[in-house]
Amino acid sequence: MLRFVLRRCALVLPSLLGLLVVTFLLIHAVPSDPAVAMAGDAATPEQIAQLRLQYGLDRPIWEQFAVYVGKVARFDFGESAFSHRPVALDIVQRLPATLELTFASLLLSVLIGVPLGVAAGLKHNTWPDHLLRIFSVLGVAIAAFWFAIMLQLLFAMNLGWLPLRGELSATLSKPPVVTGFLLLDSIVTGRWDAFADGLRHLLLPAVTLALGGLATIVRFTRSGVLDTLQNDFVFYERAVGYRWPRLVWIYVLRNSLTATVTQIGLLFGGLIAGGVVVEAIFDWPGIGSYTVQAILTGDRQVMLAVTLLVGAVYAAVNILVDVAHGLLDPRLMERA
Amino acid sequence: MIPLLKVDSLKVSIRTDDGTARVLDDVGLTLERGRILGVVGESGCGKSTLIRAIMGILPKGASVDAGHVWFEGENLLVFSEAELNGRIRSSRIGFIPQDPLLALNPVFKVGTQLLEAMRWHAPDDGTRGRERRRRHVERLVGLLRRMQVPDPETALERYPHQFSGGQRQRLLIAASLACAPTLVIADEPTTALDVTTQHQILLLLRELVGEFGLSLLFVTHDFGVVAELCDDLCVIYAGQTVEAGPVQAVLQAPAHPYTRALLACHPDRAASFVGIPGRVPSPLARPAGCQFAARCGEAEPRCREASPPQARARSGADVRCVQYA
Ligand SMILES: Nc1ncnc2c1ncn2[C@@H]1O[C@H](COP(=O)(O)OP(=O)(O)OP(=O)(O)O)[C@@H](O)[C@H]1O
Ligand SMILES: [Mg+2]
Repeated sequence: MLRFVLRRCALVLPSLLGLLVVTFLLIHAVPSDPAVAMAGDAATPEQIAQLRLQYGLDRPIWEQFAVYVGKVARFDFGESAFSHRPVALDIVQRLPATLELTFASLLLSVLIGVPLGVAAGLKHNTWPDHLLRIFSVLGVAIAAFWFAIMLQLLFAMNLGWLPLRGELSATLSKPPVVTGFLLLDSIVTGRWDAFADGLRHLLLPAVTLALGGLATIVRFTRSGVLDTLQNDFVFYERAVGYRWPRLVWIYVLRNSLTATVTQIGLLFGGLIAGGVVVEAIFDWPGIGSYTVQAILTGDRQVMLAVTLLVGAVYAAVNILVDVAHGLLDPRLMERA
Repeated sequence: MIPLLKVDSLKVSIRTDDGTARVLDDVGLTLERGRILGVVGESGCGKSTLIRAIMGILPKGASVDAGHVWFEGENLLVFSEAELNGRIRSSRIGFIPQDPLLALNPVFKVGTQLLEAMRWHAPDDGTRGRERRRRHVERLVGLLRRMQVPDPETALERYPHQFSGGQRQRLLIAASLACAPTLVIADEPTTALDVTTQHQILLLLRELVGEFGLSLLFVTHDFGVVAELCDDLCVIYAGQTVEAGPVQAVLQAPAHPYTRALLACHPDRAASFVGIPGRVPSPLARPAGCQFAARCGEAEPRCREASPPQARARSGADVRCVQYA
């Protein structure tokens, strides 16, 4: 098991290295001379030379790369142009909100999508199945921003049941920071008012973000279940009298989930990209809205850090998906 | 005494996109207590469908159109799914599948799978919870040892792919006995194995029948296996029983032209079917009269007119042919 995980970790190292090279080239290839860009229009040649020396831009390129890698390793991403704070600090403060939103929507789409997918597989080619198929096509096709605005109009503006935007009502004070995760901190410090309010704020953005993933999970679980039901072992399990619910939800489902887990891994990319839009619409104080600000103000330090972060998250999710596959199917673990 | 299992003029059809396939068209068989009945027939004649009908697990689109399945005096065809699960499967009818690799769930430990069936169907000995499970494990390990599975103590902790084909079949034979059934149904359990292993498994089955007081319904397409293992024989052609009787009687004096043709093209009785000219009629388009008439060297005009009646041959076998009417 441990060996399996370590091997998977080793396998993602090259892609992480590639990511470092690409981001490094991005800063150093565009624009042609960063020192000129940094110094501004009114700078004298001396000032530019001074900057060049200060940032090591006169060193050979491989040495600059080594310095860059060293900085990344120390989480030194420089200072944000618009918040005037270290980028790393901004990210650490905003990451929990994004993770909370991402996991909430992932949880929603798995908890709803897997049972629906199983039901569709069992009711193959009957009206519930057709209904779910229409639903999952819609789920993929509907644009997140349109859906978000519809939800806001209905539940926040018309019915007034849920808050329109933000993470916490302005009338409430934030719970003391323990983990940085708002909901978690509310529980730990016993701030149930903040917990309930935070949940209400989380609901609409999480549902919006869950929509696309939900549809994908339904589709892949459905086809996984259909495939698995064809197997001889399902006939055998019925012939020796397994109880139907346990047969489906344990013995069939575990065989069917491999494709679903792969999709969940891929979905993560969609969740991060979709998160940018959703965070912007719902004014969610996470990495997504931070990125939008950075793009609007042309803050390259921030964009760079976010790119690295997303890459690292992708790599981590890939490892998790492989481990999940190994846990689902012991034959994979052995082959490694 | 009533026979343990008696299938009576059973008819099963399956609706397909190309029409209705009459897969079983009047199948009958009788299995007496303590005996081994071989069901022989070419590929596609309906052997697996027969087994599925007995166990109440027919494929999608299939329906039983006529007949009875009498098991210990009760008609299984009127049992609900819950009744079959509660009173029949595993606890009274054990099952040994054709391909032991495909029949085991690849992602669960062997022990988990075998214990799942025992959990619901093993006889109640008054124990509950952990204690009951411990006894089940004990019984399984004992059975595995009896089946000569190596390392029976650790076998339950392993996955299906970690066994050889012969070992897997031994596991599943042990599983079929775990809940102490009176009848075991085996669907070509040795076809996926090599000849030596096949022989060992047959010997084992033969011993187990006496040892556990079982009756065995053994499906095969191999007369050699029948001669080696079975007491009684039932030959199926195109969804119909054409000849049934004691193995000795049928092999010495085959009554039906089909049985004769089968045995004639294989004097050593060890290989499977090739060599009878013509083909089995499709279940989608059954001819009138005798199903075998088109391939039969002794066919007369009346064979193609009406279905031949059941008759008794001199050997004592029941035979479906006009020659004996
Ligand atoms: N689900 C199904 N849908 C349509 N036709 C079927 C289905 N299952 C079986 N059949 C048809 O029923 C006939 C009998 O099939 P069955 O599997 O019972 O034969 P078999 O005697 O067990 O053959 P084999 O020796 O190859 O296992 C075949 O012609 C097959 O095509
Ligand atoms: Mg078969």
